[in-house]
Amino acid sequence: MTDYTPEHVGTVTKYVVVESFTVTPADLAVRAYEISRGVMIKETCFGLVIMGKEKEVDLIITEVRKMDPDHIFVKDRAFPPGDSRRCRATLGGARPGFHGIEYEMTILPYISHALETLGTRDAGSVPAPHSAREKPKLDVYTLKKLIDAQEP
Amino acid sequence: MAKIFIYPATSLILTDMVTRFGHTPLSSATAVRERIQTAGLESVPLQITPEEPKKGLRWAAVEVPSGVRGRMALYGPMIEDCEAAIIINDADLAFGCMGCARTNELIKFLIRQKEIPKLDLDYPKNEAEGLTFVAAIKRFLSELEGKK
Repeated sequence: MTDYTPEHVGTVTKYVVVESFTVTPADLAVRAYEISRGVMIKETCFGLVIMGKEKEVDLIITEVRKMDPDHIFVKDRAFPPGDSRRCRATLGGARPGFHGIEYEMTILPYISHALETLGTRDAGSVPAPHSAREKPKLDVYTLKKLIDAQEP
Repeated sequence: MAKIFIYPATSLILTDMVTRFGHTPLSSATAVRERIQTAGLESVPLQITPEEPKKGLRWAAVEVPSGVRGRMALYGPMIEDCEAAIIINDADLAFGCMGCARTNELIKFLIRQKEIPKLDLDYPKNEAEGLTFVAAIKRFLSELEGKK
């Protein structure tokens, strides 16, 4: 085993994911570059990856979020952008963690819609969801999945 | 501001919701970041060294595979730290090898054993479910503020 010397100690990396009709990742990148000071910003197909000191990254995210607050989502990332242990440029195939974001991107429109609605409506007036631990025997979505999985 | 354990621990939606409503999410990214920013012996890709399965003994017995114990060294401290938890039960994206699957079961078990406020949810499948999903999280997190 060899010694390990970490890089970018004391920094944080965050994903900014945009799922909006009016704002694109390029718009976010331009706005982020305008206010960045020594922070690394990488534009991706789904938004941005921002790395730097926590205070600076949070400041940029606060500003960028203002562009479309209900359609911009933020998540922590462990590795800095382009790290050879995670970057698919060196590994090939999908980046580990891609499948999670890919799946949740399909749900983001429902979340955005809910955030917009809750902006004008009290959360207390919305009925509670069905208990997630009591599973129905076969719901319509699972049935559809089974039908789609049938080979012709 | 409470520390909220989220399951799946890599969830974009839960991380964002918890932060948006003013709390701190405990996600796997922060635990891995801590390891990759600490000097030591090189152990790519996640800097999980032979020390981690030993630390994992705190949450899993010695006959449990080292893969599970190593993973528990990441998640165990977060489970101990958390003051509340949000669990998504139909999270197919948390798939992986047998080590991941058994660790996920153990995480859920430990969370359910702990006497803290918990919110069990499923991923929404349409706009109406999306509204109840977000409203439930918002209510749950605002009630936590009242309890503190």
